[in-house]
Amino acid sequence: MQKITTKENGVSWIQVTPLAIILLGFLIAPLLVILTVSFWEYDIGGMYPAFSHVNYTEILTSHTTINLYLRTFKFTFFVWLITLSIGFSVSYFLSFCVASTTWRIALFLLCTIPFWTSNVIRMIAWIPFLGRNGAINQGLASMGLIDQPLEFLLFSEFAVILTYVHLYTLFMIVPIFNAMSKIDPDVIEAARDAGANGWQIVRHIIVPLTLNGVALGSIFIITLVMGDFFIVRVMSGGLSGSVASAMYNEITGLQYPAAAANAVLLVITVVLLVSVILRFVDVRKVLTE
Amino acid sequence: MAKRIHSKNSLVTYLLGGFFSLYVLFLYGPMFIIFLLSFQGPTGGMTFPIQEYSLHWFKELFSDNIAADVSGSFQRSIILGLMVMTLTVTISVIAALGFRRNFKGSGIMFYGAIISLIMPGFLISFGMGLILQLLDIESTWYTTALGAQLTWTLPFGLLIMFAVLARFDRSVEEAARDLGATSWQTMRYVVVPLLLPGITGVALFGFTLSYDEIPRTTLVVGDSNTLPMEILAMTNTLTTPSLYAIGTLTTVVSVASITFALFAIKRMQDRLGSSQIASSES
Repeated sequence: MQKITTKENGVSWIQVTPLAIILLGFLIAPLLVILTVSFWEYDIGGMYPAFSHVNYTEILTSHTTINLYLRTFKFTFFVWLITLSIGFSVSYFLSFCVASTTWRIALFLLCTIPFWTSNVIRMIAWIPFLGRNGAINQGLASMGLIDQPLEFLLFSEFAVILTYVHLYTLFMIVPIFNAMSKIDPDVIEAARDAGANGWQIVRHIIVPLTLNGVALGSIFIITLVMGDFFIVRVMSGGLSGSVASAMYNEITGLQYPAAAANAVLLVITVVLLVSVILRFVDVRKVLTE
Repeated sequence: MAKRIHSKNSLVTYLLGGFFSLYVLFLYGPMFIIFLLSFQGPTGGMTFPIQEYSLHWFKELFSDNIAADVSGSFQRSIILGLMVMTLTVTISVIAALGFRRNFKGSGIMFYGAIISLIMPGFLISFGMGLILQLLDIESTWYTTALGAQLTWTLPFGLLIMFAVLARFDRSVEEAARDLGATSWQTMRYVVVPLLLPGITGVALFGFTLSYDEIPRTTLVVGDSNTLPMEILAMTNTLTTPSLYAIGTLTTVVSVASITFALFAIKRMQDRLGSSQIASSES
């Protein structure tokens, strides 16, 4: 990388200043305020500046918190596993089974279009599908496979995970597909000439060269699932909850400092998970090259 | 460039092709069902069978029978989407040009944008809500919600511009300068036209991400809701096919803007392609 002059440094800084202002005002400042308020005290009358660890003590010693985290991890793990399997298979199919570039782009666009439409609508679209009198139950009943409607389909943890997978799989497909399309065909050709079979090519060439994409997709899935506050509420019928939805309840109950302490713990958890992934991948290299 | 590992008739292609079709069915199936159910007759319910086809539940949306402000929130979401789109394009394109030099602090700025992308959006809303409450400032959709949404659209815009600029040939820029173009002329007549398809992509992301945004908007939208916020509220109260009708309407707007943007990008690329051929022939 060539050295750049002070003047060029200045020009670059002028160009990124609007971005920096937005990030400072709407990202950094809110996070710092959350951190501050998490040490404050509160009662029915409002919240008061203080430096108290009582919010944290309460959260860390409560069984509810542990259960919430366990449930959130459970959701995250299953959604990650399923989206990874789908994302890898779909990207593999598009990259290595479809020969025509036009078709590859068209099929890829077919996968991405729903991403640009409303998440709430795509969420509620499952309700007439899964409900007691929904399409699945009606279909199974008319085939004579069940005589009672399946109750676990809607307003259950099953429905929550299904909705997450439906909404978020694309975040796994795009980075993996991107990584696969950068694989040099000559490498695969060379492996084949050296006598590698299909499975060995996947195992020793495609998987290692796709890991960066998998890492990036995993970061998206983890933060999306752990940050969700309304899908878990609506699709479980209020029966289940996650860390973020519990936070949401505290906020509507005006327990801001408690919610803030929860938020800090959530950020720490997400940052820890993401930094484990970042140990294996250089995100800046992946994203800018 | 043939990168196929598996031939057209191999078992793997068939199996994965079948899996891919199932995935597409899974992706579009539920949407298709609510699309059908939104044309349910006046006596029909929220599930099958469809009694008769009608536009009843669409008309119902804009009548007084519904407590929600559908047309108002729809207008606000469109205006907000356009505002976010304009700001996202301007700020992220200029910033991405700045990132082409490895300036001091570029690492910090880059990671700031990445944190903004992966920070659970709800926390941004909550933090902003706290600031507004402490400073006693009122939140509105066109100020605070706008700012909150930018923390989501700007990193996206930036990443798209990185991908576009990585493929951009800087020698073209130098050639323009060697021919005596000022830096403004180089920008206006060389760089921007070449980047225009990518910039249109950024605009599409800016608009649609804002048009559907909930987590960052939720606590800072103020008294007048945006459309997705209004729809989310409706999921708790509305138990008629009108809920599907609004779903169909908002999806039509999203799909229309995607189609429009994709066609625009295609046209620009075709035009760039033909002008390059023309110049190489002359």
